[in-house]
Amino acid sequence: MWIYEKRLQYPVKITSTNPKMAQIIMSQFGGPDGELAASMRYLSQRYAMPYKEVTGILTDIGTEELAHMEIVNAIIYQLTKNLSVDEIKASGFDKYYVDHTLGQWPASASGTPFTATYFQSKGDPITDLNEDLAAEQKARTTYDNILRLIKDPEIADPIKFLREREVVHYQRFGEALRIVQDKLDSRNFYAFNPAFDKPKFK
Amino acid sequence: MKKTDREELLRCIDTTSFAVDDVILYLDTHPHDKAALEFYEKVSALRKQAIEEYTTHFGPLTKDMVKPTNKWTWINDPWPWEMER
Repeated sequence: MWIYEKRLQYPVKITSTNPKMAQIIMSQFGGPDGELAASMRYLSQRYAMPYKEVTGILTDIGTEELAHMEIVNAIIYQLTKNLSVDEIKASGFDKYYVDHTLGQWPASASGTPFTATYFQSKGDPITDLNEDLAAEQKARTTYDNILRLIKDPEIADPIKFLREREVVHYQRFGEALRIVQDKLDSRNFYAFNPAFDKPKFK
Repeated sequence: MKKTDREELLRCIDTTSFAVDDVILYLDTHPHDKAALEFYEKVSALRKQAIEEYTTHFGPLTKDMVKPTNKWTWINDPWPWEMER
């Protein structure tokens, strides 16, 4: 169950539109390392996670990623609000506009639609947590790339917040992996799936 | 209450909520950390207090906080992505 709070996790207040930048930032909504993929990845992985600390972290980070998606959506909304046809044509936003007008649809900056193949839910705690660690780094890299393209502090400010959260999540997933590995023993030295493979002898 | 009061209260909700968001992740992987448990209790209480005050003056933030009136205030503007905050 989820409960909606009618506020953003971090405020977004952008006073001038910039459709070109909106199209780039859109990748963190529906792109390969975006917030939608992040949330779906962690929330989907919970059911095969036998350790309560890790189930907790997947639930809470997966929930926070939904709030991050809303921040990205708010940035895109404010960057494309009340655009004129001339502005749409001049900025190159026309290729998005033709299919979605000013509505938001999850796709990457290059226009590739969102797909579940952006993430994995493998049913193996060690495999999944290594995926999660990589995912946080990939998202952090993407935010770094975005920040190199942004000069406007009004846009950069919430992007910097989102980037910082990737760093914290990476740290927490690292601790989660350590917790899982601490629970392995000599009968599972090579770290086979501790959620599925049971020890054969005692 | 004035618009500036609203902004100030919302800022207070945002900061205390963020403190909660951050410490719960830490507690998930450090469930016995006494200092973090105490910090959670402190910021969680501050957040509840700020939300209660905001709701009384400026409308509901969640479905449980809609005060009884003759109009459904949940749908009132602004929604979070709109700038007028």
